[in-house]
Amino acid sequence: MARTMQGFEVLTGGEATAHAMRQIRPDVVPIYPITPQTPIIQTFSRFVADGKVDTVLLQVESEHSAMSAAVGAALAGARTMTATASQGLALMVEVLYIAAGLRAPVVMAVGNRALSAPINIHGDHSDGMLARDSGAVQVFAENAQEAYDLMVMAPRIAEHPAVLLPVLVGQDGFSVTHSAENVALLRDEEVQDFVGSYEIPYPLLGDRPSSQGLFAMPDAYYEIKVRQIQALEAAEQVFADVARAYALRFGRHLGAVESYRMDGAERAIVLIGSTAGTAKDVVDELRERGERVGLVAVRLFRPFPHQALEDALATVGRVAVLDRAAAPGTLPPLFADIRAGYHGTAELRSYVYGLGGRDTAPEDIAKVYRDLQLPAHAGIRYLGLLGEDQHGES
Amino acid sequence: MASLKQLALREEERPRFTGGHSLCAGCGIPTIVRTVLDSIPGPVVAVSATGCLEVATTRFPFTAWGVPWIHVAFENAAAVASGVEAAYRSLAHRGKLSGERVTIVVFAGDGGTYDIGLQALSGALERGHRFLYVCYDNEAYMNTGIQRSGATPFAASTTTSPVGSVGRGKAETRKDLTAIVVAHHIPYAAQASTSHWQDLSVKVERAVAQDGPSFLNVLSTCPPGWGHDSRDGARLARLAVESRYWPLFEVVDGHYRLTHYPAHPTALVEWLEMQKRFAHLRGIQSVDLESMIEREVTSQWQELERRTAESKVWFEERESASV
Ligand SMILES: Cc1ncc(C[n+]2csc(CCOP(=O)(O)OP(=O)(O)O)c2C)c(N)n1
Ligand code: SF4
Ligand SMILES: [Mg+2]
Repeated sequence: MARTMQGFEVLTGGEATAHAMRQIRPDVVPIYPITPQTPIIQTFSRFVADGKVDTVLLQVESEHSAMSAAVGAALAGARTMTATASQGLALMVEVLYIAAGLRAPVVMAVGNRALSAPINIHGDHSDGMLARDSGAVQVFAENAQEAYDLMVMAPRIAEHPAVLLPVLVGQDGFSVTHSAENVALLRDEEVQDFVGSYEIPYPLLGDRPSSQGLFAMPDAYYEIKVRQIQALEAAEQVFADVARAYALRFGRHLGAVESYRMDGAERAIVLIGSTAGTAKDVVDELRERGERVGLVAVRLFRPFPHQALEDALATVGRVAVLDRAAAPGTLPPLFADIRAGYHGTAELRSYVYGLGGRDTAPEDIAKVYRDLQLPAHAGIRYLGLLGEDQHGES
Repeated sequence: MASLKQLALREEERPRFTGGHSLCAGCGIPTIVRTVLDSIPGPVVAVSATGCLEVATTRFPFTAWGVPWIHVAFENAAAVASGVEAAYRSLAHRGKLSGERVTIVVFAGDGGTYDIGLQALSGALERGHRFLYVCYDNEAYMNTGIQRSGATPFAASTTTSPVGSVGRGKAETRKDLTAIVVAHHIPYAAQASTSHWQDLSVKVERAVAQDGPSFLNVLSTCPPGWGHDSRDGARLARLAVESRYWPLFEVVDGHYRLTHYPAHPTALVEWLEMQKRFAHLRGIQSVDLESMIEREVTSQWQELERRTAESKVWFEERESASV
């Protein structure tokens, strides 16, 4: 468990997330175990058992029921959070779409993991991508500190009257969920004060009876859906506002994208999640050798911050977009999103990496920067694929 | 026990389920919903599963519901209710709610209960939430056009168990859902029918008084699904009970009691004959099919009688203790 170190605690991403939940003090938390999310709910269950938080824990019999109970609780008038990963998120997806449609502001921690088959418990972003069109807000953390910070920010984004949508806070399985690092925790009262109280327009347990989850015919469905889409679009500004408020109060600013040493960069990598840590080290090393390279880490994935990326990539010449998920039969998700909204002059190249927890070493990242000096390749490159390395630079 | 007059008065004072919905004439569902809601004294939050009830009563922007109501999906009504109940407990504990205790009631069809929603129901019963789960059992997936479900009786013709040159209706017997529910050792479970509204009303009162989960399986007539005249709904519901096809009983802390005893049961064939879904039984080789239904009904009845006899002393002792 955590040791206190000069105002910091040594915590895994999972533990840090559970601390954020304890400090937020949600009314209801439905839970179901799955690797690598389990440490989150175990740590949180321990907090409940030790009387450190008085949340009603709901030990349901599946993720489908966890998400269903979460929607019921959130619309009843209770601040509700849950956590899952991989197959669990896949099982939740039906209800996640409905949660967005019913405008239920449930906050979910996701320990991002590969999808079966073959069954694999290790990190990648396939599960998150399965949920990407659900209508939920999606953010991804680079490390335990970001997982904590984003979790504290999440209720204010989810519950904002212009948004009222689920928020998924992703962190890479094992490399963040299970890796201990120094995390600066806020004081409980600061978190409480920052998230404020839970307000939704028509709580089922309030005094204005309402019917929720109606059946809509072609004369109405479309308008309801477009309003929901607009709410997700509005979340971009709300995210920015909450991030600014968080930075003003606590000194850490988590923008929609993070540009790392992009000043004067000729070559850049864009990616999501924990590999940004590795990539930053590589950038430092290459910069020391005078190479003009940089990195862009995408935190806010839905709504997609097209303008922020456009700005981040404004002056760069060549860009490698690294996806830790595939979209079989078409271009990988992050690459496709960037390409769709990008009006700049940079040449964009697509890479897939790290599926099913395959290690991405500094050398792999360095190789991508080297690749970017060579003429463009056609199609998608699979970084770190066995048997590819020898031919990788051809 | 509320009289019919009292129920009618409550309906007038606080309409909880209004007309204007598009449920068919002769459908058992509205009678069930109104009797259940009117029999609950305090405030209610209702949860529905996808199905005829939900679709026919909440066409946007209209609603037939005068109480807070939520529908999320087909297979998860019990889980949604778990969440509402957990919210209630949490908010009450934190002093964020005032006023009378809220009763949480689920209304779901047989498809949403016997089949696709069974896991969510089982989980919710095991966790012991305080809520009433009402299954309106019309013995098929009616909303999607009369497909067989785990509740469809043996030999009944549906659009996925049609009678043809080879097919003879549903090849399997009904699932005994009430027994499955009872196996969760919940405080109260019962079977009821729209024909015996007072029996239903009393069971609702008993159910919602429990400090834990309760369950009602209520037979619900369906003119298009069963193939009967709309005006025969009430009569069919009664025949189901009087023929012992649908016995009325309750299970209190695991103890069985028949709440209505058809001493001179009507012939099962009378119940079968009124429904087109059994029309093929009138054919030449159908005697064996009919007798199979008969055998199933008889053995279920005998089992219930045996359990009722076993529980007799328990009920007597309980009643003498409460005097
Ligand atoms: C996951 C899922 N599968 C299938 C359906 C389609 N569906 C909607 S209602 C229904 C049948 C409902 O049957 P039942 O629960 O018996 O209620 P009834 O229609 O008879 O009132 C089905 C199959 C759905 N909405 N969701
Ligand atoms: S189809 Fe059957 S269950 Fe559905 S509304 Fe009509 S009568 Fe009722
Ligand atoms: Mg049905």
